[in-house]
Amino acid sequence: MPEITFLVNGKSTVVEVSGDTPLLWVLRDTLNLTGTKYGCGIAQCGACTVHIDGQVQRSCVYPVSAVAGKNVTTIEGLSENRTHPLQEAWIAEQVPQCGYCQSGQIMTAAGFLKSNQHPTPDDVDKAMSNNICRCGTAQRIRAAILRAAAAMNGAPGQGQSKATGGEL
Amino acid sequence: MTTTSKPQVSRRTLLKSAVTAGAALVVGFEVPQIAKADPAKAAVNPFRAWVRIDRAGQVTLISARSEMGQGISSALPMILAEELGVDWKDVRVEQALTDPTLYGDQGTGGSGSVAGSWTPLRQAGAAARVMLIGAAAERWKVSPADCTVRNGYVHHQSDKIAYGDLVESASKRPIPDLATVPLKSPRDFQIVGKPMPRKDIPLKTDGSAQFGIDVRLPGMLYAVVERCPVFGGKVKSFDATKAKALPGVRDVFEIPAVPEGVHSWGGVAVVANTTWIAMQARKQLRIDWDYGPHATESSESLRRQFRRIVDSPCKVVFNTGDADAAISGSPAEKKVEADYELPFQAHATMEPMNCTVHVKPDGAEVWAPAQGPDWVNGVVAQATGLTPDKVKVHTTYMGGGFGRRYQADFAVEAAQIGKKMTGTPVQLVWSREDDMTHDFYRPASYHRVSGAIDSQGNILAWKHRSTSTSIADWWDRKSPPESSELGCTLQMPYIAKNYKLEYLPAQSGVPRAWWRSVEASSIGFVMESYMDELAHAAGADPYEFRIAKLGDGRKIGNPLNPKDTALEADRMKGVLKLAASKAGWGSPLAAGQGRGIACHFSFNSYAANVAEVTVSQGAVKVNRIVSAVDIGIAVNPEGVRAQVESAIVYGLTAALKSQITIQDGRAVESNFNKFPTLAMNETPRLEVYIVPSEVAPTGIGEPGLPPVAPAVMNAIFAATGKRIRRLPVIPSDLV
Ligand code: FES
Ligand code: FES
Repeated sequence: MPEITFLVNGKSTVVEVSGDTPLLWVLRDTLNLTGTKYGCGIAQCGACTVHIDGQVQRSCVYPVSAVAGKNVTTIEGLSENRTHPLQEAWIAEQVPQCGYCQSGQIMTAAGFLKSNQHPTPDDVDKAMSNNICRCGTAQRIRAAILRAAAAMNGAPGQGQSKATGGEL
Repeated sequence: MTTTSKPQVSRRTLLKSAVTAGAALVVGFEVPQIAKADPAKAAVNPFRAWVRIDRAGQVTLISARSEMGQGISSALPMILAEELGVDWKDVRVEQALTDPTLYGDQGTGGSGSVAGSWTPLRQAGAAARVMLIGAAAERWKVSPADCTVRNGYVHHQSDKIAYGDLVESASKRPIPDLATVPLKSPRDFQIVGKPMPRKDIPLKTDGSAQFGIDVRLPGMLYAVVERCPVFGGKVKSFDATKAKALPGVRDVFEIPAVPEGVHSWGGVAVVANTTWIAMQARKQLRIDWDYGPHATESSESLRRQFRRIVDSPCKVVFNTGDADAAISGSPAEKKVEADYELPFQAHATMEPMNCTVHVKPDGAEVWAPAQGPDWVNGVVAQATGLTPDKVKVHTTYMGGGFGRRYQADFAVEAAQIGKKMTGTPVQLVWSREDDMTHDFYRPASYHRVSGAIDSQGNILAWKHRSTSTSIADWWDRKSPPESSELGCTLQMPYIAKNYKLEYLPAQSGVPRAWWRSVEASSIGFVMESYMDELAHAAGADPYEFRIAKLGDGRKIGNPLNPKDTALEADRMKGVLKLAASKAGWGSPLAAGQGRGIACHFSFNSYAANVAEVTVSQGAVKVNRIVSAVDIGIAVNPEGVRAQVESAIVYGLTAALKSQITIQDGRAVESNFNKFPTLAMNETPRLEVYIVPSEVAPTGIGEPGLPPVAPAVMNAIFAATGKRIRRLPVIPSDLV
């Protein structure tokens, strides 16, 4: 089996797997990076979303041979200590329920905010409507993305956190 | 699963305390469980959890309920923290191991966890508080009555002592009588009733929350199972030569079906180094199937059967007055008859079924994303031939439950595979296709409702005849088939002079079980759609009509199950009024838009929705849903709002987007391309309001769902004059 070398969250990584293996399973089963989720395997749900050379990609249909020499970012590598504005906004809006789809939601949103710094609610809807959440968190995801965009544009603390009864 | 009981305060409750190795105060208590069909089992299998306070003042609650997104791992400790008098940020939660002898029933379902734990958790927290105060008062030589607690300290005038410093002496004090231990007045609550941040949420923003499918053990292998695509079929023979030849494949073997109790299907298991290799090898299997007796079943054949059944009188389940005579004696323009149809629905939890098992000769360890970890314990013991005390079950985070993870079929399969691979940990993963085509579906059902109104607009007669693929029929042939299917029709909230319920089950090989809100998801649609039809026939406003027919001060018990909690019609009016006023009921809407209302009682909770829709060119867009709920005290209001939002979206997917159809004895839809869910750009503005209350909490994971579909369909009627009586809506119904 061939050796395939690429960067994962900034770390050089070598794997020895069949080249047609989807990146998803290499991340999860070979590298034990389980933050990236399996939801459908056919590019329908977005649970497996990662960034490859900065582009939003569905890792369940992305053969690992095609990432050779590339730079993969997973949810584990999005920030140190949950400090990405999206992660902070996700907590402020109390977005996750079961949480299973949320790695993919956040990675999709992170890619989207790089391309659109001043999104309207409609822009957010368009960017996020191919990610499935069976727990029905779409309304909170939309609010969190708009909150994070505002924070990234230098308007931190806009609006109260949803859970005002106490801090973590 | 479908019934919940109030906490039985009268039951003798045990309280033990002990100083553990870490000198922590450990207060153990029993929490009456969700009442099961067998109350004797409930009495011998109580579930317990513990409070632990360490020297640093940290409070840990060991919760035996499963976190599947409903926020229970925060709602339960909030109750405890409240009575203990500690800061929310000091409370930690630990998931209990599963131990039937220690914890009893650890099932999480029926929206029953908060309701069942409310009083026992308060008593346990209060008992610990009394003991801590007692220890401090003794040290200060003052009266306990002069001491107070706040944020993990006992206070007396200007003195204070941290809980951590009191643990040792407090733990040696007598344990107060739980029946009389003073509980805080709801008016003094600092934590309960406040929107508290959930403890699990940060872990769900960086990939660190470990779901069942994320369990990783040294040397672990991965397994998949090829099951017969036809329900009830089995392996005749198979050839694994090609599959075994793939590099990385470790073993291929048959696992038997376990029909009794569990309903696992059996099939051919492939064990490999990675999930992907196992999935690839599975495609190389050559299997000769015996398709069994259901290979010709289809949604159409089931529909023909349904219609045949309701065309003749069915078994009379409940009857008051003479509905048949009242209907036949009414003039045609005062009669309303309508047929309603609901399809099978898949749970489609975001995380497919999976289970990790490590079987050793003398014991087994299981990591299960399970709503019923104690059931998992039992079935794994059976499948491995071990005694239950030798099986350790870890409950992981769950990527959704919705009732699907109450089953133990996936755990049995994992145990069968794990046993064959004894010594090596194995993770069984279901593909999305496995998950969708081998679910236990929400039953399909067919309802014929007929009735009449009199000249004053009173409901003269209401007759509901229905048939379905009964859950009770599938699981437990000892209970009558209708016992799982009738829901709130047995607690008819509206005043109807003559009322009759008839039911007969249909025969089907399609597996079915509890889906979010169970039978209420269907019954709510039928009752609230029909109520709207009656309002229209009476020329009345649908909201006013409901309020009038709920009467004043009425309490409606369940005639077949007198122990069930009575429906309080005034509380139903309360949610209707709140939803209607917040939604601006009666205010004008643009052309093509419509507003609909519906309410329902389930899991002892009350919910009402007002939906606003736009219908144009055969498409419906739901613009806004305003929901009001009365669930007693809302322990974590933000969590309650999230659960109602979730139930609404789940209900909208079922009403507007997806269904499971059957062809040639198998499920047709196998992945999200054929089972679309409500996308963000289709998600309406959701507003959730909670009726203020000081009565004990009831469930909220499910009750928000039943009034969703009828509110939307009633809104479509208001916009277009078209009645949608068959779900999900299809474009041709709208033009
Ligand atoms: S798992 Fe990749 S899109 Fe669903
Ligand atoms: S939070 Fe459960 S699927 Fe999105």
